[in-house]
Amino acid sequence: MSGGGQALGTPPAPGPGTGTGERDGRTTRRPPALRLLARPEVGVFLGALAVLVFFLIAAPSVRQGGSMATVLYQSSTIGIMALPVALLMIGGEFDLSSGVAVITSALTASMLSYQLTLNVWTGVIAALVVSLAVGAFNGWMVVRTGLPSFLVTLGTFLILQGVNLAVTKLVTGNVATDDVSDMDGFGQAKKIFASSFDVGGVQVKITVVWWLVFAALATWVLLRTKYGNWVFAVGGDQDSARAVGVPVRFTKITLFMLVGLGAWFVGMHNLFSFNTVQSGEGVGNELIYIAAAVIGGCLLTGGYGSAIGPLFGAFMFGMVNQGIVYAGWNPDWFKAFLGVMLLGAVLINLWVQRTATRR
Amino acid sequence: MNDNGTGTHGAVLPDTPAPRDTPLVELRRVGKSYGNVRALHGVDLAVRAGRVTCVLGDNGAGKSTLIKIISGLHRHTEGDFLVDGRPVRFGTPRDALDQGIAAVYQDLATVPLMPVWRNFFLGSELTRGPWPLRRLDIARMKETADRELRRMGIALDDLEQPVGTLSGGQRQCVAIARAVHFGARVLILDEPTAALGVKQSGVVLKYIAAARERGLGVVFITHNPHHAYMVGDHFSVLRLGTLELSAARGDITLEQLTDHMAGGAELATLKHELSQVRGVELDALPEDLDDTFPEGTI
Repeated sequence: MSGGGQALGTPPAPGPGTGTGERDGRTTRRPPALRLLARPEVGVFLGALAVLVFFLIAAPSVRQGGSMATVLYQSSTIGIMALPVALLMIGGEFDLSSGVAVITSALTASMLSYQLTLNVWTGVIAALVVSLAVGAFNGWMVVRTGLPSFLVTLGTFLILQGVNLAVTKLVTGNVATDDVSDMDGFGQAKKIFASSFDVGGVQVKITVVWWLVFAALATWVLLRTKYGNWVFAVGGDQDSARAVGVPVRFTKITLFMLVGLGAWFVGMHNLFSFNTVQSGEGVGNELIYIAAAVIGGCLLTGGYGSAIGPLFGAFMFGMVNQGIVYAGWNPDWFKAFLGVMLLGAVLINLWVQRTATRR
Repeated sequence: MNDNGTGTHGAVLPDTPAPRDTPLVELRRVGKSYGNVRALHGVDLAVRAGRVTCVLGDNGAGKSTLIKIISGLHRHTEGDFLVDGRPVRFGTPRDALDQGIAAVYQDLATVPLMPVWRNFFLGSELTRGPWPLRRLDIARMKETADRELRRMGIALDDLEQPVGTLSGGQRQCVAIARAVHFGARVLILDEPTAALGVKQSGVVLKYIAAARERGLGVVFITHNPHHAYMVGDHFSVLRLGTLELSAARGDITLEQLTDHMAGGAELATLKHELSQVRGVELDALPEDLDDTFPEGTI
């Protein structure tokens, strides 16, 4: 290096020849194909496309509109939850309680309105408050204690699972809640959370629309807002983020609350589409949501991912789940398929992370 | 050699505020305890505009604790911390940033997986539009980031590339450029040259000098006395959490500084011990080991 540090006149000083010029030469643009592949959602898009084509060939009945609507419906119920779970994962945390939180939400709405004979909307609002509170509790515990969210939410998972069963039995004397379909406001709520509409003779569930709307909204928030920037930052490097003034605690707690919001929405869908809630359900779904997010290109360790990826991830789930049935195979194979997809996705993610950070 | 601890701290300030002379940041007998561990005790430090204050010390000497106090990550538990002559207690790094105190950390300067421009504006994002639709002003942020980085001598083809793909020196410079852009009056640099090669260290040292020329007060933390001596105006050496030496540039030579900093005797012992170990050729040892760079390598 020529010249000492102090011989510098003006601030913007290092001129050409003092090491500036060579840098341009070193930061060559990576090939476009590689840059494209490094996008978090590209891998899963190709995967989803492959699965779709596979089943279109293997199971002729998938080609009918009705079957596709079923696939999309199945995908949407996973996908709506996979979105906040993915955002939370990008923010560097998990929520193992998300599966049972859906049931907690549905149970709250159902039992509150039925037992007190209120308008179902009262129950819906109460369920929203409970769901957000569960999310806030998870988030608060994680940021306050610094414990891994795996442990904290495993605790919440067990608590909610127990509470769901015990309280339901206590209140209704049964493992399921009573039918709420004849209560005030039911029709209205069903319209929002669980109705269908007609597209060219095919009945499509409203959740499919909500799923796409939420995915678009999540994408916008993630890529175009301050909050989205913070989500990437707290997941990518929490300490750096804090040091430059990002409100890490706020971001993490609200991310957990978003999962609560998702759980509330899916819970309401379950309630208004089946009229009653089985208190023991939901266990295991949290892993499906997490898997959809990971298959969707979100990095398990945080800091990387998208909201569009989990959309395709959830679609892959729905497609495989229903595709196996339409193809007339033994549905027992479903989980095996999922496992293979998950491993494949994880390997792609690993490769992407290495490529993206390679000098 | 001055061994009378903290007593050598230069100009003792009168209590009457003299605006020109008031340091931007001043620590008076500041200390920090974590439970029963006293990480820092009785440290005096003054940071003035257009001056580089070097803080030296071995690993565990308390350098990190010191800058964490100044940058608002931790609160001091004893002594006074003054900004512009007024006592302050920072709760978060945001508070420090609002006072124009910005820290650039060796390991936590940037978020590796995020694009350069997002890193540049992280925590101070530019937005446009009314609230429900308030969104990032991406074009303006990219433009500003590019301009500021070019002023620092970094020209990147693609601001979308993750910061993790930049070299260590470039990453440090992104962080420094960011701090300068956001109106930092006091720049705290935590071992900016520690992980860098000789040439890249030179680049960073130049930015330190550039920041000083701009009238910023710089706190330069390092365990390399050679780097410190090249840009420093005042040197404070920490040892085991206390101030071992505080001297202005004119009062000390590089040799004295090196000796103070590394503990020349300890190093001699170490060298002797190493010579006993079979397979270690003393001549082949990396120069870094004894912190002795041949003059003029940087």
